[in-house]
Amino acid sequence: MKNFKKILIGAAVAATFAGVSLAHAGVSLNAAGATFPYPIYSKWFYEYNKAKGVQINYQSIGSGGGIQQLTNGTVDFGASDAPMSDEQVAKVKDGVMHFPTVAGAVVLAYNVPGVETGLKLTPSVLADICMGSVSKWNDPEIAEINEGVNLPDLNITFAHRSDGSGTTNIFTNYLTKVSVKWAGSVGFGTAVKWPVGVGGKGNEGVAGLITQIPGTIGYVELAYAIKNKLPYASMKNKTGKFVEPSIASTTAAVAGAKMPPDFRVMITNASGADAYPICGFTWLLINRSYSDAEKGTAIKDFLKWYLTEGEGMASDLYYAPLPASIVDKVEKKIEMIK
Amino acid sequence: MDYQTRRLLVDRMMVFLCGAAAVIAMIPLISLLLYVLIQGIHRLDLTFFTHLPTPVGVEGGGMGNAILGTLTLMIVASVVGLPIGIMAGIYLSEFGKKNKFAWMVRFTSDVLSGVPSIVTGIVAYTLVVRPMHGFSAFAGGIALGFMMIPIVTRTTEELVKMVPHSIREASWALGVPQWQTILAIVIRTAKNGILTGVLLSIARIAGETAPLLFTAFNNQYWPKSLNEPTASLTVQVFTYAISPFKDWQDQAWTGALVLLMLVLTINLSAKLFFKNPRSLLR
Amino acid sequence: MNSSVEITNGGGASPKALPSFSFGKSGFADKLFQKLTAFFAFLILFLALLTAYTLWKAAGPSIEKTGWSFLASGDWDPVQGLFGSTPFVYGTLVSSFLALLIAAPFGLGISLFLTELAPMKFRDPVAFLVEILAAIPSVVYGLWGMFVLAPIMRVHVDPLLEKLGLPFFKGPSTGLSILTAGVILSIMILPTITAISREVFEAVPNSYRESARALGATSWETIQLAVVKPSKVGVLGAIMLALGRALGETMAVTMVIGNNPQVSSNLLAAGHSMASVIANEFSEANSDLHISALAEIGFLLMVITLVLNVAAHLLVWATTTKFKK
Repeated sequence: MKNFKKILIGAAVAATFAGVSLAHAGVSLNAAGATFPYPIYSKWFYEYNKAKGVQINYQSIGSGGGIQQLTNGTVDFGASDAPMSDEQVAKVKDGVMHFPTVAGAVVLAYNVPGVETGLKLTPSVLADICMGSVSKWNDPEIAEINEGVNLPDLNITFAHRSDGSGTTNIFTNYLTKVSVKWAGSVGFGTAVKWPVGVGGKGNEGVAGLITQIPGTIGYVELAYAIKNKLPYASMKNKTGKFVEPSIASTTAAVAGAKMPPDFRVMITNASGADAYPICGFTWLLINRSYSDAEKGTAIKDFLKWYLTEGEGMASDLYYAPLPASIVDKVEKKIEMIK
Repeated sequence: MDYQTRRLLVDRMMVFLCGAAAVIAMIPLISLLLYVLIQGIHRLDLTFFTHLPTPVGVEGGGMGNAILGTLTLMIVASVVGLPIGIMAGIYLSEFGKKNKFAWMVRFTSDVLSGVPSIVTGIVAYTLVVRPMHGFSAFAGGIALGFMMIPIVTRTTEELVKMVPHSIREASWALGVPQWQTILAIVIRTAKNGILTGVLLSIARIAGETAPLLFTAFNNQYWPKSLNEPTASLTVQVFTYAISPFKDWQDQAWTGALVLLMLVLTINLSAKLFFKNPRSLLR
Repeated sequence: MNSSVEITNGGGASPKALPSFSFGKSGFADKLFQKLTAFFAFLILFLALLTAYTLWKAAGPSIEKTGWSFLASGDWDPVQGLFGSTPFVYGTLVSSFLALLIAAPFGLGISLFLTELAPMKFRDPVAFLVEILAAIPSVVYGLWGMFVLAPIMRVHVDPLLEKLGLPFFKGPSTGLSILTAGVILSIMILPTITAISREVFEAVPNSYRESARALGATSWETIQLAVVKPSKVGVLGAIMLALGRALGETMAVTMVIGNNPQVSSNLLAAGHSMASVIANEFSEANSDLHISALAEIGFLLMVITLVLNVAAHLLVWATTTKFKK
């Protein structure tokens, strides 16, 4: 029996080595960060690997994690939908540059029996739900803006993030802009003290909670809602119009954005008649200089690739690609990486 | 009713309740095993074992790298944990009868086995991941190896102690020095028992998730070196389980099925080796 | 059970008891071997100290910043840099105690069944099944908990509990709650209670049982008087060890507890636990202070489980040695 165990171990080791030799001997990069763009990033890394053979191992652990890992130097680049603050940037030894990749919409996905589609929400009702002052689906505040919709007498469960999240940042940034009460009591950030609700890990976790528990509403990136066949609400935007989240309404929000040279900007509550009010950019966090020249070159190549080939894949996954004017500016920035 | 009848009634009732307790306790076990089997079986095919995970929406993903990753971690952990555990166990049983040092080691070992695995993960993160500037299979293996040590030590000690003294005496009578007696004779006799302990500890760590979350981390590709983050069956099952994608959730069940089969097989083969009357459940 | 093997001074003999036939070389080799194994044994002590020290150091910055208020504060706001441990300590303790409340009667019942009551042919299969419960990995329990147990709780059990009208059971429930965590933990610690209680009960000499029987006691009375009463302390130890296990359980809990750091008397509300917050937030912590605070929680968890384990082991050891005399 001892021999059997030896054989088993030997087989396992041999398999490992076989795997090693079969694996492409190309460069491999480690990255971690936002779950918000995970669907498009995983597509990009998969396609890029097929095209160029470079392995990019991306772990979708939330923007907070991405920033921390980059600061600790445990990954080669990070990803976040919350732009890093100046203090955070100062802590990164090799410097940080923000490269916007796509823009996405943070939607309020819900699971309300009897309401298949078409739920409408206003900023104040949304804030009330998130603060717990509106706790039933058939509350008059909700019924008022949803005439003709059969709202059940069911308790509202609000699903939020339990981890450090750029999606949370975008969502709470919006709530802070539109609700004085929210701004005063909770504020915005990658993690906040939620007055009510259950926490899920990553966009995946929140979407999971919504699918599993009837009566739940939560905020997730558009792609997650669509992939999960979850209905999502139309929001009343700054101009007073109820807008459905979509590539078009996200692009409208982006169009109004004034892009600073370091590309760090929040586009929540955008003005524009057709703009969806809860949108945000998401960025790749790249060091200013890479001591490993091979890695630096590989990263620069990938950046060029996503700007040219990758952007085209964005709309299939319900993300708004960057407008051409921004793409140009970003391309120029790639040269600044050493 | 009279006193005697009441006594008998109470007796019958309590015996029944104890039996009922055993039966009721089996219900969650059976439910769990059935669910894992039924839900997990559909995605159980060759692709599952040989393919890498694919992005959401792309067909044909598998957990090949996670399975290999778990095996790799088990090997690294064994390299770290077994030598220390076995040697310490030998010390305790052969040289550690009446001295205070041995008592301290024994006590500490028992107490260490109660340290939550996530805490061991934090220790491995601080000692390995931080200085190495990266997650690695190596860090994960070390965390798991630390967890193996108390289990292996205790089982080695108990099983070596069970070797009859007469064997040692016979060996000394033939002029064999103490150290050779221990290595060549005593250990060889206790071999099966020690192996049982080893297998049980390996089964225990194969099922661990928490310490790997921030040591071995995760990886979508085949393991290339011990210096890189590695996928593991347990972390992969967790990641997929909490995701909202049906295909991933299905794979989570299948992963759980494979994990369960792995762990139960190792446990069962350990039991077959050596019918230890004392439960090694601590 | 070992006593038949122990002749003089146990399975091992200290070299002092040996006649000195150690010739030069082998005598040296003997000493070397002993020192070598002693070194590895020492490593265990070293490992324990290393664990404690590393945690303490990692928690350092957070301890410095928050001091004792860490234990009293309920504010966990990583963005603001506010860290308080009460919601997690609360969640861990409550879910674990709930688990004990549920598992203890079952565990004791099963171990009595196995040692005293069951016909021989049932003992091995039942014991075997209980051991399988112990071998199932935590993440598999969590998977089952999320997809099977939580919906059952939400749809069937919780509404019934809500009808009782007690403040502990207030709706609405999502199935992800401290109660559900308590239930799943109870299943996971059941084997621990059973196994150690069995050990304790089996250590009671048969003469006790025989005396009770001789006086005409029924099975149950025998158990009460001759088995449980003398080993009460050991059973307490078994329960404490199980509690220790429940306190440190991570994956199954994080998948069903709801991950909301709040302190609420409502058991049907979502909660959080020390191990789950570390699992959720450690790899994604947004600042060094955050990591340090999590390490502090880890340190706290370690201290609590350590104290419990030490006390429990002493109790179990005290009981089993009492009977050897």
